[in-house]
Amino acid sequence: MAEESYPAELRYHREHDWVRADGDEAIFGITWHAQDALGEVVYFEPPAVGSHIDADSSYGSLESVKAVSDVIAPLAGTVTAVNDKAVESPELVNESPYADGWLIRVKLDDASSVDSLLDADAYQALL
Amino acid sequence: MTSSLRRTPLYDRHEELGARMVEFGGWEMPVYYVGINEEHRAVRARAGIFDVSHMGQLEVTGSGAENLLRKALASDIDRLEEGQAQYSFLLNEKGGVVDDLIVYKLPDKVWLLVVNAGNIATDLAHLKGLKQRGAVVTDKSDETAMIALQGPVTLDLLADIWPKKTPGPDTIKPFTAVQRVVAGVPCLVARTGYTGEIGVELMCPADRAGDLWDGILAHREHGVVPSGLGARDTLRLEMGFPLHGHDIDSKTTPIEASLGRFVHLGREFVGSAVLDKQVAKGVKRKLVGIQLLDRAIPREGYPILKDGTKIGTITSGTLSPSVDRGIGMGYIAPEYAVPGTTLQVDVRGRERDAEVVPLPFYKKES
Repeated sequence: MAEESYPAELRYHREHDWVRADGDEAIFGITWHAQDALGEVVYFEPPAVGSHIDADSSYGSLESVKAVSDVIAPLAGTVTAVNDKAVESPELVNESPYADGWLIRVKLDDASSVDSLLDADAYQALL
Repeated sequence: MTSSLRRTPLYDRHEELGARMVEFGGWEMPVYYVGINEEHRAVRARAGIFDVSHMGQLEVTGSGAENLLRKALASDIDRLEEGQAQYSFLLNEKGGVVDDLIVYKLPDKVWLLVVNAGNIATDLAHLKGLKQRGAVVTDKSDETAMIALQGPVTLDLLADIWPKKTPGPDTIKPFTAVQRVVAGVPCLVARTGYTGEIGVELMCPADRAGDLWDGILAHREHGVVPSGLGARDTLRLEMGFPLHGHDIDSKTTPIEASLGRFVHLGREFVGSAVLDKQVAKGVKRKLVGIQLLDRAIPREGYPILKDGTKIGTITSGTLSPSVDRGIGMGYIAPEYAVPGTTLQVDVRGRERDAEVVPLPFYKKES
């Protein structure tokens, strides 16, 4: 399992998601804290590519051996890609939550919506 | 974590080992130390050590002890020799399972019931309610710790901490128990468990539990790893062993739960009339093993469907680490309770294909 970290270049949502944004292109994943709370992830149910997801709503689910957890969209947008490697090998979410264990790629409805998210310090203050 | 949760004598050991703690049956227990899958695989391949001190120990003594147990238990205790044990049930008048337990016939006319942690008070009240003259039921749970050592290397490891000049641990047959000093700690050593592996459950004085735990873990060269309730649950599910409060409860009978082989009928005991009738006339529902064909995990409460119609509910389920499939149990009508029957499980709004399979889900390669 990965060491605890909250990279400064990412933005965070209080439901323990991170966003790596570049203009209106963004990648979503869950934070180290979220994967630690969940335990070993054994299943990732992703949204369909092309579907629209709403901010603060569930866009998929992650299951550990013991529990199911909804994944909350930090921002609104249209799903442009799903991390098939995380679907095939869900343990990537534990091993590499900010890199190989990313979940989906999204075209944001509003590129400026990223500014509404927390920075790493503000997110860690919530933990 | 609230302070009202109870802690076992091994709580400090769990903290030192970095366990993730959860509430279970009013107790603060380790759910895992490193990870559920890793601990599960260690038990199947080598061995795991589990703190199960939350479980209850009720001693039944006195001139009326046998009569109380003949009335209270669904198994026939007169089949037991000293040192032998049975898996059994306390039933209510409707045949529902008040608790499932292991009953031991110990030396000196002492009977021991090892019961579920959350049911100790219920079981005591139930037994006292039977008002058997001359029977004394004593709750020994607080002064007793219990450690389960489970997995194929169990007996080899135990031999290293076994008293010299006594027959080795490999001479203890399944479902028997002996008194031995293990790693310097006086224990009742029972060849029982909840994992489907060769294993023992060791009961000792609560204040000696740490010495026993440390004595076993001093032999890590055998590959034994501390294992939590998470692995205990996935291990028992793979074997199709029921968990009280989930797969069996006061509204389900052992016959419905497909556990009739542990019940000895042709005797009168609390609930026997209902069980006799169910055996003669059949039951309306049966507990079965359900394996998902799709990649999804059945969980407690998920509806079981046949061609769009709800025919039952999952009582417990998980992803099986050994067979890498979603597995679960649930009650369905006998007409569907045939291995090979295809059905569906509603997994959060999506129908997933599944089939009825014989239990256990996991069979050891021999």
